[in-house]
Amino acid sequence: MSPPIAFEIRRRTLLASSAAAAMSVAAQRPAAAKTPAVPAPETRTVTLNVNGTARQIAVDTRTTLLDALRETLHLTGTKKGCDHGQCGACTCTVNGARINSCLSLAVMHDGDEIGTIEGIGTPEALDPMQAAFVKHDGFQCGYCTPGQIQSAHAVLDEIRAGIPSHATGDLTAAIALTDAEIRERMSGNLCRCGAYANILAAITEVAEQDA
Amino acid sequence: MRAFTYEKAASPQAAAARAAEVEGATFIAGGTNLLDLMKLEIETPVHLIDVNGTGLDTITETAEGGLRIGAMVRNTALAADARVRRDWPVLTRALVAGASGQLRNKATTAGNLLQRTRCPYFYDTAQPCNKRSPGAGCAALTEGAFSRQLGVIGTSDACIATHPSDMAVGLRVLDAVIETVTPAGLTRTIPLADFHTLPGATPERETVLMPGEMITAVILPAPVGGRQAYHKVRDRASYAFALVSVALIRQPDGTGRVALGGVAPRPWSSAEADAELPNGARAVIATLLSGARPTEENAFKITLAERTLAAMLQEA
Repeated sequence: MSPPIAFEIRRRTLLASSAAAAMSVAAQRPAAAKTPAVPAPETRTVTLNVNGTARQIAVDTRTTLLDALRETLHLTGTKKGCDHGQCGACTCTVNGARINSCLSLAVMHDGDEIGTIEGIGTPEALDPMQAAFVKHDGFQCGYCTPGQIQSAHAVLDEIRAGIPSHATGDLTAAIALTDAEIRERMSGNLCRCGAYANILAAITEVAEQDA
Repeated sequence: MRAFTYEKAASPQAAAARAAEVEGATFIAGGTNLLDLMKLEIETPVHLIDVNGTGLDTITETAEGGLRIGAMVRNTALAADARVRRDWPVLTRALVAGASGQLRNKATTAGNLLQRTRCPYFYDTAQPCNKRSPGAGCAALTEGAFSRQLGVIGTSDACIATHPSDMAVGLRVLDAVIETVTPAGLTRTIPLADFHTLPGATPERETVLMPGEMITAVILPAPVGGRQAYHKVRDRASYAFALVSVALIRQPDGTGRVALGGVAPRPWSSAEADAELPNGARAVIATLLSGARPTEENAFKITLAERTLAAMLQEA
């Protein structure tokens, strides 16, 4: 690590050189150049079929599916973690397939079937995967859990549908339901409390019940 | 995120024509990379053309015995296709080595090829980046920069970013061809080998696509057989970009083809290096990475590429 003074000098040099570079670019390109004006915000009306119910909403085109669910429809079960597709807390299903709802625009889902955690069980009647997460302590703080449950269901469906993963051996044979398969397929859902071993146990139990 | 207007295109021809017509317009397909970059205002389109409804979501067989993969076919659907798994398994292996289950369900074939680099200095808008702001300089080339993930060959004094795709490396070793439609409605085909440009002095340009031109399909030639494998070495076991990846097709007589990921601004392959396959991994990598200009932090990639290929050849 450089001492602070060296860093200061380096930073100043950097700023000076990038300012010079910026000026030379400006000189080469006339100001009229190619930066189209940012348009006024645009609002669109879309219908999302959320957990089987058609919901018509008006949204700014910039609204992600995640924000439409949470902020417009007040379905706050779907969580916002990183908002960049890296953590999986926002995992929902669209027409049956799991996606990161933070990396999709609500306007792109007009007429789509959206599945959220609110459509899976209730506190009084837990879905088997939810019950297994409780039984096996598949969480601590619980923030990632809705996304984990969504992915857990999808993982079992994807294995049954014969969709291969990085952990799959023979690509032309039926896929074996192994710990390695489940772990690999759950890698898009981070748990900062580190409940991974218990999440694996919960998913395995449900997989065995279904078998 | 900057405001933008939005439309759905009904056909590839209409999408391409609109993209050329509306200044600052961009196509959106899966959106998994574009929206990430729009949130950071690294991408600032003023108009989005949604191409998901353009009917390009099927995989069909070609008269030559290959496959025509529609541009909107999702990565999951392509990886799971029974024909791909049986006859072009290196492509399935490359696809499932990339991203997460959620992202593969949404990301498209064309979008995967057009995704931007994950160079940390491209993403950090407080740092100079010639790709993001042409002429600003390259923070990755300053003293003490973190270049572990970055490129060792095909790079330039302006940019050492890599192309992050695994799928593209699988397609490269299979000699895939890209089909496009131009704003004038004409079809053109571009070998994947010629599709991504090297940075030179213009790292902001990444492909040979013309303004408004849209990818409609990726064509796989007839199956070439052999043993096919894709090995990806990364800093964690899953859901991470490659330090080095190797796509290999090896025929029973010892000949074959190799492509590398994680080392260059495009999938890295050459016929001269392929010709060295019977002579072993060292000969292949010495030829393929001849002229490499690694940084102190990523010079290990050259050794890693050789050892990864050597391990794969031993498994044959």
